[in-house]
Amino acid sequence: MTGTQPGDTLSYYGRPIIKEPVWKPEIPLYFFFGGLAGASDLLSLGAIASHNERLRLSALGAAASGVVVSPYFLIKDLGRPAKFVNMMRVFKVTSPMSVGTWIFFAEGTTTSVAAACQLLGVMPRLRTFAQVVAGLLGPAQATYTGALVAQSVVPAWHEARRELPVLFASSAAASAGGAAAIMTPPEAARPARRLAVLGGVAELVAATVMERRLGEPVGSVYREGRAGAYARWAKNTTLAGTALMAVGGKRRVGAVAAGSLLLAGSLCQRFAIYHAGKQSARNPHHTSVPQKQRAAERDQPAVSRAGGRVTLP
Amino acid sequence: MKLGDGQRTHGGASQRRLGFFTDTSICIGCKACEVACKEWNLIPPDGLAWTGHSYDNTGELNANTWRHVAFVEQAAPDPLKPGRQDFRWLMESDVCKHCTHAGCLDVCPTGAIFRTEFGTVVIQDDVCNGCGYCVTACPFGVIDKREVGGDGGMHKCTLCYDRLEDGLEPACSKACPTDSIQFGPLDELVERARERCGDLVEAGVTEARLYLADERDGVGGAGAFFLLLDEPEVYGLPPDPVDPTVHLKTTWAAAAAAAAALAIGVAASFLGGAT
Repeated sequence: MTGTQPGDTLSYYGRPIIKEPVWKPEIPLYFFFGGLAGASDLLSLGAIASHNERLRLSALGAAASGVVVSPYFLIKDLGRPAKFVNMMRVFKVTSPMSVGTWIFFAEGTTTSVAAACQLLGVMPRLRTFAQVVAGLLGPAQATYTGALVAQSVVPAWHEARRELPVLFASSAAASAGGAAAIMTPPEAARPARRLAVLGGVAELVAATVMERRLGEPVGSVYREGRAGAYARWAKNTTLAGTALMAVGGKRRVGAVAAGSLLLAGSLCQRFAIYHAGKQSARNPHHTSVPQKQRAAERDQPAVSRAGGRVTLP
Repeated sequence: MKLGDGQRTHGGASQRRLGFFTDTSICIGCKACEVACKEWNLIPPDGLAWTGHSYDNTGELNANTWRHVAFVEQAAPDPLKPGRQDFRWLMESDVCKHCTHAGCLDVCPTGAIFRTEFGTVVIQDDVCNGCGYCVTACPFGVIDKREVGGDGGMHKCTLCYDRLEDGLEPACSKACPTDSIQFGPLDELVERARERCGDLVEAGVTEARLYLADERDGVGGAGAFFLLLDEPEVYGLPPDPVDPTVHLKTTWAAAAAAAAALAIGVAASFLGGAT
């Protein structure tokens, strides 16, 4: 039986109001690899500008592995994989997925061209040009996925629309810095270490701010269930990786351990966000409570009572 | 300003905006709408299950249920014997709202979802690639992925687009025996609904209210709106639904700021050389 007393948290048999996202774990995996690729491309652009050939190679390698595996995850998650190409019949700014399709298409193509030229040892100018373009697209590639999940009605995502892109960007920076620090001799890896530490710190701060600003009841998803578990792992591994990179990153073994921790932390972060969205979508109160608060603050009920305060236009 | 002003229609000659007014105060819970919808639209069966939730065994709107009758059992004062507690039914036939500002349409990355000449929102099944973004963008949890028969696409009410094209009324409203589901030009329906709601309040049903009949709400008013007898959440409806696109500028601005911060962070990492 459903209560009707004012102040009750009402629902229809406790059923969700909105649908749980149908995305499978391929999507957070793409968020991780796409972010790694975007930030790595940017790192390799910095390496070109500072003539750090060794770091450029590592960052290009990380970016290339990111863009090579990403299409598999993106297409596999579709309900109709054979029709993935339909993504490319429109461009819509109201759909971050549409914008992101084109960003990733450009990023993936240029990164692949650069990596192919590198592997084959041909066309160094085309390689540099492709890498520069990929590097310029890098920030967009690492960030748009945050906007993608935020442009939804899922409470844990939409209510965090200001924080999610920063969290995605810093998580991408931590993973790219970590990956490059693993693959680069310490004497050439200082920018990678610094990026890893900067990204790690920013990721920890952004995640904390996001959870706090979400408030109750929505913020609780990051303390419960799978989202809570992944969020704890993300926090602990990122904290450990950041500290270790700062203290022991100048030794190769330290850099490898710290980089691995940061990569794991970034991966866990994406899974925490993914499960947080699913959990908040399943809970009808996460949808209804913030909406009622919002409506009350606006001092204009969304539901017009014929006998009440608002007369219909 | 009329309901539906500000919505854009694309292609074809624009017609009068058509929609549904669902008056839940006269719904008898017969589910003729569910059956008629399922039959006309050739929606595949998706199993039988007892939910234990009153007479509701479909549970929700989804890819295979485009009309869903909600059954709410409530304690209520006995209208004949003052002071005595009795019981009342609330029944509501739910459907896609065909929002003026439709989140599903906004986020669809293939252009599969479009606005018809009747102002309704329809999915082109041959274009949809099953990405699932629309599922996250519907404030009402209407649109969903069809897993039955390996379909993989997204499905929802079309407001019987095929019947509308032939000048027929949608299957659900045609089948409704009490006219709880009314179909017609939206402006006429809104006028009728206001009158009905006013009559009910005057007759003592003070809890009667219209839901989604106001173009100032978060979805710009809907092509399918409702007369409810309790809070929207009681029927499983969101109390203050908003098309997420309302906040699109904030979202993109946050993304641009984050991208700029990332670029600055990487540049800062290179200060002071490589070692």
